[in-house]
Amino acid sequence: MYEILRTEELAPKIKLFEVYAPEIAEKAKPGQFIIVIINEKGERVPLTIAGYDAEKGSITFVFNEVGKTTKQLGLLKEGDSIWNITGPLGNPSEIRNFGKVLCVAGGVMIAPMLLQVRALREAGNTVVTVMGARIKELLFFKDEMKALSHRLYVATDDGSEGYKGLNFLKDVLAEEKFDRCVAMGPVSMLQKVCELTRPYKVPTVVTLMPIMVDGMGMCGVCRVNVGGQMKFGCVDGPEFDGHLVDFDQLIKRQRMFLPEERLSALLWELGGCGCGGK
Amino acid sequence: MVVAESKPQPKVKKKAVPIPKQPPEVRKHNFNEVALGYTEEQALEEASRCLQCPQPQCVKGCPVEIDIPAFIKLLREGKYEEGIKKIKEKNSLPAICGRVCPQEEQCQKYCVLGKVGDPVSIGRLERFLADWERARGFTIPERAPPTGKKVAIIGAGPAGLTAAADLAKLGHEVVIFEALHLPGGVLVYGIPEFRLPKSIVQAEVDYIRKLGVELKLGYLIGRTYTIPELLKERGFDAVFIGTGAGLPQFLGVPGENLGGIYSANEFLIRVNLMKSYAFPEYDTPIRIGKHVVVIGGGNVAMDSARSALRLGAEQVCIVYRRSREEMPARKEEIENAEEEGIICKFLAAPTRFIGDEKGWVKQMECIQMELGPPDESGRRRPVPVKGSEFLMDTDTVIIAIGRTPNPIIQRTTEGLAVTKWGTIVADENGKTSLEGVYAGGDIVTGEATVISAMGAGKRAARAIHEYLMSKK
Ligand SMILES: Cc1cc2nc3c(=O)[nH]c(=O)nc-3n(C[C@H](O)[C@H](O)[C@H](O)COP(=O)(O)OP(=O)(O)OC[C@H]3O[C@@H](n4cnc5c(N)ncnc54)[C@H](O)[C@@H]3O)c2cc1C
Ligand SMILES: Cc1cc2nc3c(=O)[nH]c(=O)nc-3n(C[C@H](O)[C@H](O)[C@H](O)COP(=O)(O)OP(=O)(O)OC[C@H]3O[C@@H](n4cnc5c(N)ncnc54)[C@H](O)[C@@H]3O)c2cc1C
Ligand code: SF4
Ligand code: SF4
Ligand code: FES
Repeated sequence: MYEILRTEELAPKIKLFEVYAPEIAEKAKPGQFIIVIINEKGERVPLTIAGYDAEKGSITFVFNEVGKTTKQLGLLKEGDSIWNITGPLGNPSEIRNFGKVLCVAGGVMIAPMLLQVRALREAGNTVVTVMGARIKELLFFKDEMKALSHRLYVATDDGSEGYKGLNFLKDVLAEEKFDRCVAMGPVSMLQKVCELTRPYKVPTVVTLMPIMVDGMGMCGVCRVNVGGQMKFGCVDGPEFDGHLVDFDQLIKRQRMFLPEERLSALLWELGGCGCGGK
Repeated sequence: MVVAESKPQPKVKKKAVPIPKQPPEVRKHNFNEVALGYTEEQALEEASRCLQCPQPQCVKGCPVEIDIPAFIKLLREGKYEEGIKKIKEKNSLPAICGRVCPQEEQCQKYCVLGKVGDPVSIGRLERFLADWERARGFTIPERAPPTGKKVAIIGAGPAGLTAAADLAKLGHEVVIFEALHLPGGVLVYGIPEFRLPKSIVQAEVDYIRKLGVELKLGYLIGRTYTIPELLKERGFDAVFIGTGAGLPQFLGVPGENLGGIYSANEFLIRVNLMKSYAFPEYDTPIRIGKHVVVIGGGNVAMDSARSALRLGAEQVCIVYRRSREEMPARKEEIENAEEEGIICKFLAAPTRFIGDEKGWVKQMECIQMELGPPDESGRRRPVPVKGSEFLMDTDTVIIAIGRTPNPIIQRTTEGLAVTKWGTIVADENGKTSLEGVYAGGDIVTGEATVISAMGAGKRAARAIHEYLMSKK
């Protein structure tokens, strides 16, 4: 059992949890993830580590309430417990002095990106950050991100704050030379970023979020096509060379269980517990 | 020959007492155990067939050398408690082995009665005693006084659980680190409920807990801790690696990443470990179409096919590249599968998968095979017949063509000798190239059996004990 120390609503349906997990806190590095199981009947949900404090023995993660599990998770309060957390999983991000790094984060992944920006900054990089969301109400950590980045751009899909969409990056990339680009967020955004950086040959690392079950290399559901080779998102990733990723396939594979996920969320909302009245 | 002594006995019973089973029509719709187990009368009747050979051949076939005639004799005399004790001298998980050991290849293959009729149903008798014991509650054996030594066991499969139990009995402090959220290894995530009820695995795990073993679930060693950290920073004096062969293999043909194509591991993990057969009560979904194809011919293929049927598939077809004789699955399980209506297509192998516009599989192209001369495995090698490609309609494919060792430990343990197949190099006692580090089970041998993994766990426990006691 893992006790929840603190919860915070960062934006509508976006929550931050700080959880007591000293062994994970001691080991976690930027770029890694955990697998959360709420209760005995729960599924294994991967979430990116957004912070860790070895002294306090805590880790933080930020999640979007999109389906049954994340909605259920969102109902938990400080003092409640999570049944099982496994981690840290996946390879840590490569952090060293690359020179000038462009960090692009979308939606809920702004939170783990903050960790990444801090680490890149500490390693001596010049960090230019872009944070985006669908609408301005979903932006969070703006001040924190501003404080850590050399420069910060904000973008929204509807243009309600900052730039409208990511197309402005064309000019930024045309003007400045970046040594690396790091992107975390929804696949559509990752795909867009890769299209933008490709002509300028900026090495672009994307964090992929394929469907996962075990998260430790045993099932293969997380397989992605990277440069024509089959890679497992959980153990070979989650970060990959974005210019080699077959995004169309990834998108199709992410949608594999959509009808079941909808059913599960619907039943849960109707019945309250998801057990179908049993 | 000693057999001659028993020959004159006129009343050799040639036929084994059949084990009651759920009828195929019923069982193909549920996940309850197929074989129901002997009643007391049936067990006594079957036990009476044993000739009590003075030089029993059966024992040679058992990888852990259970004194088979001795336990059968005790059973016959109604001394069930002594009988199960006799088995447990060698095998700490009899309820499991009695169900899933490939007995026809092991103990029963060598039983002399097999020459004149059916061999004694040793596994079923073992199961009878184990079930009898579980029904009345385990007695926890005495533990030796604490030695002050601490051992880390990595992986809670049969190898790790066995090593843990033996080391705990010898007085060592034992901690098991298991990556998944439930202990049991393949016993919980691979072998389905209808062959091995999870409550049995649970009971065995509870027994190991009662021995004082600490179980830490959700610890992926290599990530949470590495082996050098366990030894140098976490105060462990020795480590046993029992991480199994859990890495799924794929075919490497076009279209393999389409939706609806599962590795057997994914399929079975969803169904068994995550209980998606009870979705949405349990949260993890599974999608089963109408026409399920399973590729492979081993136990894993059988388990996948029979699970798919129980999840409501209209038709389940096993596609295997050799012929029936070469199928590595247990005979009993092939028969069970066919009784349930599963079709086997022999001498065919997939060459590509064709998807619909949503990226879901809709057809599989196969090529016909013929059998050539035997290969290194001694089985006749399948050779594709030119131009014999044909299409099969399918909406769900399960790939069950084998599993290779889990690689994380090997990648994160410097100095640990590993073969080119990714298995860990260890001697017959499990000793690896690193001091104080032992290994056993599928991680050393590649995919094998529950009983051989347990045997390896037992031998390693003995070796670790000697190592710890010789160390100052
Ligand atoms: C390595 C990794 C790291 C992740 N980190 C985070 C994180 O830090 N914060 C966060 O909120 N989410 C993260 N995710 C996604 C998160 O795991 C899913 O949102 C979660 O499984 C949804 O569970 P659910 O039961 O609430 O919804 P479900 O009912 O499972 O799904 C609801 C909706 O979410 C979509 N969805 C499901 N799984 C994924 C996925 N893997 N990627 C994208 N969409 C998905 C479904 O298509 C559906 O539309 C991560 C995923 C991976 C693989
Ligand atoms: C579907 C299926 C059906 C089978 N049917 C039979 C049968 O009928 N009869 C039979 O005799 N055999 C059968 N087998 C084979 C048998 O189950 C295996 O040979 C046996 O389980 C091997 O035991 P093990 O302890 O070596 O490994 P496993 O049972 O694989 O256990 C290894 C454990 O280690 C854990 N682990 C892995 N890496 C780490 C890590 N880094 N840190 C922590 N934990 C880790 C895993 O999660 C797992 O729980 C079957 C196998 C499968 C897959
Ligand atoms: S453990 Fe397996 S091989 Fe040994 S006697 Fe029992 S069933 Fe036979
Ligand atoms: S089981 Fe078979 S081989 Fe073993 S003692 Fe009995 S009759 Fe002999
Ligand atoms: S999630 Fe199962 S192998 Fe990656």
